[in-house]
Amino acid sequence: MVLKVISANEAVAEAVKLAKPNVIPVYPITPQTTISEHLAKFVADGDIDAEYIKVESEHSAISASVGASSAGVRVFTATSSQGLALMHEILFVAAGLRTPIVLADANRALSAPLSIWNDQQDSIAQRDAGWLQVYVENGQEALDSILLGYKVSENSDVLLPSMVCLDGFILTHTVDPVDVPSQGDVDKFLPPYKPVNFLDPENPASIGSFTDPEYYMEARYAMQEAMEKSKKVIAEANKEFAELFGREYGFVEKYKCEDADTILVAMGSICSTIKEVVDDLRETGEKVGLLRVRVFRPFPEEEIYDALKGASKVGVIDKNISFGVGGVLYNNIKAKMCDIDSYGFILGLGGRDITPSTIKEVVEKTKNPTKDVQWIGLKEEEL
Amino acid sequence: MEINEKEFLAPGHRACAGCGATIGVRLALKVLGENTVAVSATGCLEVVTTPYPETAWRIPWLHVAFENAAAAASGVEAAFKTLGKDANVVVFGGDGGTVDIGLQALSGAMERGHNIIYICYDNEAYMNTGIQRSGATPYGASTTTSPAGKQSFGENKPKKNMPMIMAAHGIPYVATASIAYPEDFMKKVKKASEIDGPAYIHLHQPCTTGWGYKPSKTIEMGRLAVETGSWILYEIENGEFRVTYRPIQRKPVKVYLEAQKRFRHLKDEEKERIQSIVDSNCAELKV
Repeated sequence: MVLKVISANEAVAEAVKLAKPNVIPVYPITPQTTISEHLAKFVADGDIDAEYIKVESEHSAISASVGASSAGVRVFTATSSQGLALMHEILFVAAGLRTPIVLADANRALSAPLSIWNDQQDSIAQRDAGWLQVYVENGQEALDSILLGYKVSENSDVLLPSMVCLDGFILTHTVDPVDVPSQGDVDKFLPPYKPVNFLDPENPASIGSFTDPEYYMEARYAMQEAMEKSKKVIAEANKEFAELFGREYGFVEKYKCEDADTILVAMGSICSTIKEVVDDLRETGEKVGLLRVRVFRPFPEEEIYDALKGASKVGVIDKNISFGVGGVLYNNIKAKMCDIDSYGFILGLGGRDITPSTIKEVVEKTKNPTKDVQWIGLKEEEL
Repeated sequence: MEINEKEFLAPGHRACAGCGATIGVRLALKVLGENTVAVSATGCLEVVTTPYPETAWRIPWLHVAFENAAAAASGVEAAFKTLGKDANVVVFGGDGGTVDIGLQALSGAMERGHNIIYICYDNEAYMNTGIQRSGATPYGASTTTSPAGKQSFGENKPKKNMPMIMAAHGIPYVATASIAYPEDFMKKVKKASEIDGPAYIHLHQPCTTGWGYKPSKTIEMGRLAVETGSWILYEIENGEFRVTYRPIQRKPVKVYLEAQKRFRHLKDEEKERIQSIVDSNCAELKV
């Protein structure tokens, strides 16, 4: 076991090196930039044998990714915020053409106002593009999720791209000990990519046709089916991963949920803070728990319901806002589980600091609800 | 010139009778052969050749979106490089997909030096969506978004000089061509395929629907464009500029203008203005 003290961005780059993609089209953007830089250095040193395409925009990064994946090779790209928004159009094409690209998104707020700091609005806004989405808690999980992403996306029952979402700065620019697996172990887990349909002069096919109303819906339905099927594939991949690497991931992580009266639900690095608060409150006798949603697409409805059904009150934390209805995770849970007594909380937008006392406030407001959706940490004097 | 008898763009596609774009693709693929991958931008060509579940392409073909064909082709080329596959990667983008919305992606791909052939099939407007002006629409042409009217003589800006913008990238091969001069065009495609690095060919191709002439006159219209000096055939090979066809005596531009509905509204003074634009372009390139 090789423990390296590295940032989550470096952990992503290490994972990419281990996954051995053929083509890496990337464009720098804060706070993703160090992923691009680490990969450039790996390529420059011959540690990765890949074509690194220095594209002129994120739009071209994802377009070149679709081109390369359609040519039948493994592809990696990464971005953040405005860059992901610029990719928006082609994210749908990548999923529709069933290209198993893996993309790392350094979660950052969307303009305006312009902000380089963390929230999860950027990737949440892309939730309907047909990509699998995973929100990680730390650098280790970032590394592991890249490997799992390829494993799942490239499965012929899935063939949908994967987005690994890691909180900007909070994870991308802080260091943690990360177990970097050996190439041999990774090769066992992730064999070379075998494309199903690809651009091959020996066997010509047209990819990306124009489709009239006779056929379009079936193509979209096939994507929905693949998204559903991915649940089984994810579960199998998690199991195989645990056997090989000793780290077990689920769709969700239940932290002291079993006997909890009040459960908070959240995604990403904030969960580390919540775990601390849960421990503190447990010491004072409060039965509080955390449900960390790791896989957001496909939406793990059953796992979430199973974890929440015993609680008397549930507080769902969103670092995003769908104006007019509240946080997206909250609304997804509310829509699927109307018998769960849940309340939504918007916090941490644009990098607003989240401390244990912020979380304690959420716990209190969950226990004593006054309205469906509340914003936490607003400065009254600035409103 | 030896011409491949094999067809790589099948007949029976849904292009208009007299379509210039599909003539251009057919000729280009005869030169490039079966070891070729084509990437299309969204546009007429993509729509008429690939109505699912049919396809007219007998070579592998990819369409991703409108503005990114050059970027998608960059990915294909890079992937093939890693696989050790030596195939031609050719892009077909319309004038809108090339000189307007696709310019950034194209500039990036050319500057990065990908070994791709980019062929812009230029019919001088957005024909797929019903004849709206593009940056390649010539001065005086009436389109649905630059209509002639009581206070308008049609498009009021000259055509964007795209081949020279490409030449400014310092790429090894840039050429203009016309579907009405097939041998000249095919020689240029051949050169483009033999050069290591990016090549750009700007292919002028009349459009019966958008320009307003009988479908049987497509080649004639293409010839008139060149014979009047409205379109000049040249190549720039490793920085060396060369005109590849010189009309013995340039015909007056009005012969070309008067043969097309899109210019029919023009008054004599406007036709003279266009003649002077053409004269100055020809003087600059010594035609």
